[in-house]
Amino acid sequence: MSLVAAELERRGIATVVINLLRVVAERVRPPRALFVPFQHGYPLGRPNDPRQQHAVIEAALRLLEDEALAPPALVDYDGS
Amino acid sequence: MGEMSDFPLSTRLFLKAYRWRRIDPVPWTLLSKPLAECRLGLISSAGFVGPGDAPFDRSVRGGDPSFRVIPGDIDVSQLREHHRSESFDHQGLAADPNLGFPIDRLRELVNHGRIGSLNVRHLSFMGSITAPGRFQRDVVPEAARLFEGDGVDAVLLVPV
Repeated sequence: MSLVAAELERRGIATVVINLLRVVAERVRPPRALFVPFQHGYPLGRPNDPRQQHAVIEAALRLLEDEALAPPALVDYDGS
Repeated sequence: MGEMSDFPLSTRLFLKAYRWRRIDPVPWTLLSKPLAECRLGLISSAGFVGPGDAPFDRSVRGGDPSFRVIPGDIDVSQLREHHRSESFDHQGLAADPNLGFPIDRLRELVNHGRIGSLNVRHLSFMGSITAPGRFQRDVVPEAARLFEGDGVDAVLLVPV
């Protein structure tokens, strides 16, 4: 996913990657990643919980809007 | 957050020894306009396949590098998950495909004016590509060109 994100950014498209394993993202370095505290297989948290899914997506969208960030922007999700 | 300890020993050893591609320099694009005016694309690596599309090939050594185009008007209940990995629990995605392909959530955000619009198509990969040579050389540029040609401004990428 990080390789796809990097290619999109090279072409002028802003990206944000949800990430489940910080140790990998720190090595690969996607442009923008939101680290979430969930198990693999559950990237947006609980199934059938639109509220939680919205909270994670909103946090990711805010990374897209944050002009103070610098690449690679690897940010922890502070919700639950 | 997922921890290395979530995985079986064989996967942990692989993750530790694997030579991850390091992105350097890290490219960077800022939004050129408010998100409420942007066209958003969605990319999943959960191995989702839409109706009539061939499933991912689990037998390809190094991982199937191909992708599927998911129509923008897809009903998520029609998506089937074909990810080959046994390192994660597949039950969540089966119960709620929006967990890995949150198109209904994004539609709600468009309806609320948070996002301008969604692209006419989205992309689905199957992760666990351990030999990313062809993937990086051919497939990634092809996928990026699609979104570039569609006039996509921003992309949300959801792994599994």
